[in-house]
Amino acid sequence: MAWESALVARLKGQFGSGVEALTYLGQNYMQVDRSLIPNILQILRDEEQFDYCVDVTAVHYPKRERQFDVLWILYSFAANERVRVKTQIAEGEHIPSAVSIWPTANWLEREAYDMFGIQFDGHPELKRILLPDGWKGHPLRKDYGIIEQDSEWVQINLGIESGQ
Amino acid sequence: MTDSTSSVSHLDLDESKKTFLDANELILNMGPQHPATHGVLRVILRLDGEKVLGLECVIGYLHRGVEKIAEHRTYTMFNPYVDRMDYVAAVSNGLGYCEAVEKLLNIEAPPRADYIRVILTELNRLASHQLWLGTHALDIGAMTPLFYTFRDREEILKIFERYCGARLTTHAFRIGGCQYETYEGFEKDVKKFVAFVAPKIDEYEELLTTNRIWVERTKNVGTISAKDCIAYGVTGPVLRASGVKWDIRKAQPYAAYGKFDFEVPTGQNGDTYDRYLVRMAEMRQSLRIIQQAIDGIPEGPIMAKVSKVMKPPVGEIYHSIEAPKGELGYFIVSDGSTQPYRVRVRPPSFVNLQALDLMCRGQLVADVIAVIGTLDIVLGEVDR
Repeated sequence: MAWESALVARLKGQFGSGVEALTYLGQNYMQVDRSLIPNILQILRDEEQFDYCVDVTAVHYPKRERQFDVLWILYSFAANERVRVKTQIAEGEHIPSAVSIWPTANWLEREAYDMFGIQFDGHPELKRILLPDGWKGHPLRKDYGIIEQDSEWVQINLGIESGQ
Repeated sequence: MTDSTSSVSHLDLDESKKTFLDANELILNMGPQHPATHGVLRVILRLDGEKVLGLECVIGYLHRGVEKIAEHRTYTMFNPYVDRMDYVAAVSNGLGYCEAVEKLLNIEAPPRADYIRVILTELNRLASHQLWLGTHALDIGAMTPLFYTFRDREEILKIFERYCGARLTTHAFRIGGCQYETYEGFEKDVKKFVAFVAPKIDEYEELLTTNRIWVERTKNVGTISAKDCIAYGVTGPVLRASGVKWDIRKAQPYAAYGKFDFEVPTGQNGDTYDRYLVRMAEMRQSLRIIQQAIDGIPEGPIMAKVSKVMKPPVGEIYHSIEAPKGELGYFIVSDGSTQPYRVRVRPPSFVNLQALDLMCRGQLVADVIAVIGTLDIVLGEVDR
């Protein structure tokens, strides 16, 4: 269902058809073009007072041409309003980092990189956060099996056949 | 750990900038096996004598891939897993997850279930804060509060045990309501507990609030401004102690919270002492909520009509609640099948821990312990 508001009108006026605003179960979200990131995020924080970045994460759709949804969940203290910004990127495609906009994106982007292998350009130190540095593979991708592991890493670092 | 030196790469180690007056900087490793890190947290400190110049957290030791597991379980089967994240506030985790799935299914829990949920969640908030107070005080050197708080927390766990058979990982709620009706004598137990614990909270305060050592160790330690809190996404009591009056229970009420009268305590200085005062005040507010809920608990069913096989329509939902540690959010994507396509947990401990570096800069080594304690992290939730 389409989402209409003054905020959406302002953004559409600026970015035209690159922004599609929708609402589902009373929650608002925007599907935006990859090329509008990070401008739209910057505007949302600076002009629309979305000063709190709740979460940065991703979803993997292997059957789609552009396999990844990257999304930012934002909150505005002034308006007591939440919005989600989503964009699609292809495997291997980079996306600008939001760390300079919200410092909290630092660890959240590292986690998205760790779990999905998404590259955030301009991140001060993009490296794994939950898994060990030398690990191979990105577990939250759909083609990564639930009991799959980097057996070479386990063998070398733990000295056992399986980490299970 | 492979290549552990890469972990300190962002700490500036440029020797060429030094003059003969500069002392040598010291890199000190703390944890992961350390009693004051509240689990397996490794902190790499860069020190100038006793002063902290910067630090880096190394986490992930408890990573179990909860989000991956969710994609291979049905909505119902994943429910008990969420209890294992923040295991000292399992009831809150369950509430957030159940409500998120309910929203996705477009159903609502009946009013009686909402009241039971509020009572148990607030009891759990109290238990979580009691555990925080005991361990935080122990870290700083006061041993007595630990015995006091654990003695009283036991009474809450007894109520949980009588209600659902478990003390910590309770799995108290089901998608659509509660599985269990309250046991006989539940209301009496809760009322008795509220009357019992109110003076105990005064006792904790007597031990600490004006205690000279406590004040010296916590005032102006680990200060964080409201602006920094928001920039770093810090929520919960830490945000409120910096003066931002924001609580999801008030801002975007869920369960039955809209029906109760309670205050949102705030601090001014954003230091460890203010965070202590805020949590103490929150315990009293929790008691107020429990009292109102137990007095006004309605009769009626405790489960909404939910089909045995849950297939939420295709779509996404983000739902968050005010857990004892801050904003706990669930982002769930449904592809119309019986298993969630993706479950993302937005953990308050993980995001709050990121501010540790900022809060410890310029402080002493001993204060790092105080700041880790005051952030109230649970590593099960940080690592998931």
